Amino acid sequence: MLASILGSLPQVLIDGLALGAIYAVVALGYTMVYGILELINFAHGEVFMTGAFVGTATLFIFDDAGFLSSAPGWIVYFIVILISMIVTGLLGVLIERIAYRPLRRAPKLISLISAIGVSFVLQDLIRFIAELITGNYIVSGISLFNGSFQLGTSSLTSSFSDAFVKNNTFIILGVAILLMLGLDLFVNRTKWGVAMRAVAQDRETASLMSINVNKVIVLTFFIGSALGGATGVLFAQQYGTIDPYIGYILGLKAFTAAVLGGIGNIRGAMFGGLAIGLLEMFASANLGLITNGSFGSEYKDVFAFAILILVLIFKPEGLFGRAVKEKV
Amino acid sequence: MKRKTLGFVSMALLMSLVTACGNSGGNPTANGSEAASSSGGAAGTVIKIATQSPLSGSSSIQGEAIRLGAQMALEDRAKEFKDLGFSLELVPYDDQGDAKKGVANSEMIGADQAVLGVIGHLNSGVSIPSSVVYEKYNIPMISPASTATEFTDRKLKVANRVVARDDFQGPAGAQYAVNELGAKNIFVIQDKTAYGQGLAEAFRDEAQKLGATIAGYEAITVGEKDFNGVLNIALSKKPDFIFFGGLYAEGGLLVKQAREKGITAPFMGGDALDSSGMVEIAGDSVKDSLYSSVATDITKSAEGKKWADRYKEKFSKNAEGYSVYAYDSMSVMLNAVKSAIDANGGKLPAREAVRDAVRATKDFKGVATEVSFDDIGDNVYAKVFIYKFETAAYPGSLVSEVSKQK
Repeated sequence: MLASILGSLPQVLIDGLALGAIYAVVALGYTMVYGILELINFAHGEVFMTGAFVGTATLFIFDDAGFLSSAPGWIVYFIVILISMIVTGLLGVLIERIAYRPLRRAPKLISLISAIGVSFVLQDLIRFIAELITGNYIVSGISLFNGSFQLGTSSLTSSFSDAFVKNNTFIILGVAILLMLGLDLFVNRTKWGVAMRAVAQDRETASLMSINVNKVIVLTFFIGSALGGATGVLFAQQYGTIDPYIGYILGLKAFTAAVLGGIGNIRGAMFGGLAIGLLEMFASANLGLITNGSFGSEYKDVFAFAILILVLIFKPEGLFGRAVKEKV
Repeated sequence: MKRKTLGFVSMALLMSLVTACGNSGGNPTANGSEAASSSGGAAGTVIKIATQSPLSGSSSIQGEAIRLGAQMALEDRAKEFKDLGFSLELVPYDDQGDAKKGVANSEMIGADQAVLGVIGHLNSGVSIPSSVVYEKYNIPMISPASTATEFTDRKLKVANRVVARDDFQGPAGAQYAVNELGAKNIFVIQDKTAYGQGLAEAFRDEAQKLGATIAGYEAITVGEKDFNGVLNIALSKKPDFIFFGGLYAEGGLLVKQAREKGITAPFMGGDALDSSGMVEIAGDSVKDSLYSSVATDITKSAEGKKWADRYKEKFSKNAEGYSVYAYDSMSVMLNAVKSAIDANGGKLPAREAVRDAVRATKDFKGVATEVSFDDIGDNVYAKVFIYKFETAAYPGSLVSEVSKQK
């Protein structure tokens, strides 16, 4: 049993890291909005999904224009991510303006319901558009980096077997790290970052210190949603096929990751995302082995969420959360 | 899950609203044609055969194929019945692939005394509840497509089908995998739905009976996109064959991700992979994958090819897999009506007589399949067909057909 678990470990780690990186960046969107507004933006999973569709659509347009064959893949990739980020960022701002701002003084529960409403609208809107254009709401896009190679992990120790890695996995990891580093620097080193942290700590006092609270909130939504959109593109590239419902389960898991890391805490969300991704992949590959076949890989989510519950029982504020004082 | 279901429910509600409006517009035409034929008088007594299939929504292509196939058979036989003093008429109904709509239509069909039989439905989930209504009115139905075991297992007098049962498809796949391809170490994946699990279990049991070992039996969740976990297990078990019980959206991704991981074992699935979506999702990875289906490739036989050409000429559309099954179903139905007329001394027979005549069908030779109904309405000649994607193009090519072992 142990030999088999050890043997598949390199592959599990690589797949888990790729999935975890996606969770982590989406979790950032949840955690940032919660940090500022104490609102769980349940539409964020759908913003992620919209990003995946915008990215795929952009690629189709590029392909039609013949741009795809003339430009190198990474430039196209970069442009697609950029376009997707801008579109979803603006979408996030729009959602805030329409669905949350009028309710800012209403009880928290009302905004939560409004968020769920927005996610419905986005799901069905995207489904409608996708069906209108392609005739099917399950869309298969163009993959830019399709290749994969064998990583010689068996040469490290004989108990490992080789792992197969998609080229796109590296892009996911690279882009995710860049996005997270960028956000961390932005929040901790820039004037706007300071303003964001100030609003998160105390909105009233921040406004007295001549900080434009509304602008900060809009900025938060823009950045959070843009991050979600970028991840959507990464996701579509990794798995090739998207549908309007991918945001739902993935959003839930990313939200869980944010809670695991301590909601409101940016570094916590990054860690939580990677942890959930790795746990899920590990459980999926090994649960059957560990329990001798009585629990198959379909219980992977139960495993990951059971660990979340355990963590929250002993540390209700999450792994990195500190009791309310500093949230961003 | 809850939000997703809610989304579907609201969509369904909207759709039913839309079609409710559509229907009120559609009915007068049906009445109009009825008026026309009865005012004709000379044409004789009207016999109506209804079709029920989804004419709108996501499976409308197959639903339309059923309607057109049935219509073609009806028109082919119209003269024969005219000579007997009856005029045949087709009444197409749209069940939208929705059980509620199907049942509501069945009530309307039951109330129309001129209707002697129904060809339909496409979806097992619609056929099953609707058949209860037909049973009440003694209207025989022949389904050209519903494969769920429960459809005929309830031993209704009216429910018949010309295609194979689901609990035959899985074993047929297993026989092909073990006997033809020599699979010894099989990894089975299913999607936890009634369809996928049932198919996968039937496959697994038969494969074991034939002497293959099951290297693993794992499940995935519908709607997920990352199946690396399950495939990592498969990778470590080194199977020489992979079977998947589930739909093409997951099946396509599974093949694709398996090939990316260097798993080269042949991949097989059930009739739910019989879709161009499979190729679209999996791309080139789909090559050499297999799927079983209850519909044959009629262009293989000269007679079938001729039929397909005639269909195309008539409707300017290519025949779908189920078109020809609807054609054969209608032929069986009309034969039964005719024999009931003969038994009744050339007068309009009662529905009960037609019902029993349909069930009594023996050794009918259709374009796609021979038909003999057993005592619960299953076709003893029904076959399962194994297809292979030789290239990344749909449909795959027919590589084998498996008949039921009696």
